[in-house]
Amino acid sequence: MAKANYGYKDGSGEYFITIDTDLCNSCGKCVEVCPAGVLEMAEDELDPLGDEIIATVSDEHRKKIKYSCAPCKPSGEEKELPCVKVCELGAITHSW
Amino acid sequence: MSNAESNKEYWRWTESRYTNPDLNWKDVDIISAGVDVGSVSTQAVIMVDGKIYCYSSMRTGSDSPDSANNAMDWALDGTGLSLDKIQYIVGTGYGRVNVSFAKRAITEIACHARGANFIYGPEIRTVLDMGGQDCKAIRCDQRGKVTAFLMNDKCAAGTGRGMEVFADLLQVHINDVGKMSLEVEEEPEPVSSTCVVFAKSEAVGLLRKGWPKEKVLAAYCSAMAHRVVTLLLRLGIEEKFAITGGIAKNIGVVKRIEDELKLKAPEPSIDPQLAGAIGAALFAKALVEKERKKS
Repeated sequence: MAKANYGYKDGSGEYFITIDTDLCNSCGKCVEVCPAGVLEMAEDELDPLGDEIIATVSDEHRKKIKYSCAPCKPSGEEKELPCVKVCELGAITHSW
Repeated sequence: MSNAESNKEYWRWTESRYTNPDLNWKDVDIISAGVDVGSVSTQAVIMVDGKIYCYSSMRTGSDSPDSANNAMDWALDGTGLSLDKIQYIVGTGYGRVNVSFAKRAITEIACHARGANFIYGPEIRTVLDMGGQDCKAIRCDQRGKVTAFLMNDKCAAGTGRGMEVFADLLQVHINDVGKMSLEVEEEPEPVSSTCVVFAKSEAVGLLRKGWPKEKVLAAYCSAMAHRVVTLLLRLGIEEKFAITGGIAKNIGVVKRIEDELKLKAPEPSIDPQLAGAIGAALFAKALVEKERKKS
């Protein structure tokens, strides 16, 4: 288990995307399905000495995922998120 | 109030540099360095074979590349060592991409875990880094490798910058804030705003109500402690637990975090503000070894 939490907590709540870096197999499907370009493939920040390229939340979106992810989270109905759904290994979770 | 007093910079913490008199950079195998360009402070640490040879810690200016150069120059000052003799330099921190002479940039999360492992020992499993403008909770293994992290860099609450604002407001030197905040008979209610700007207005209101400085500082330190504790609890804490970054030197915040967690953080043997740069220098050494293995 190695969990990378990207996001923040502000006055309205906690917004974190968690990527289990041990589970991620570098397939890159989540990057393709994300309509907002929140995810990208990059060097494993947890293990700089390793050479693995894994899914991460891009720098550009880290401080605004509440808004970037909002179109995939319509209020009132339960809908599976594209990034969560496409990941067969269940490496991606959202906190909200 | 005299003009001199009103112009005093209460937030200004002491910059420092050090050379280990027992070490020599000649006749060593690997000379590595780490430069941590933070939002508020910059550190450069030079290591010989994984031991700290010299370091500098200074304020980050408005220009990141300059800060990195200045910190490095100051660390090298008087050692006879020059930049070209350092085999590998790793940049880290908020301004890591601006360290022009670094061969590689590594995130401060990995570097802080590695640095805490060096400063506090391999038993450390949870690291709280309280930086200048952000706050990170990190879990790591016995080698200092990160297993989980959580970062809050969207808000200055619970950071060094927040403390600087309060030092300035109350005209108490930043080095004395922690100690002074403990000089209260009874712990006051923490300030209710987590936002530094709102907390400052709240503190002004408390001062007007006649609260002594000690009490206002106590209220702020405990609000700050509470805020970072919630971050830690979200990640989950495993013993032993340690604090790095400038706030680790503020006894008022450290003690309140310890009280809330009912855990003791070990006393640092080395300036905890250096953790990021130490980690970077250790990674630099590991990268030299990795390159050697390949060739």
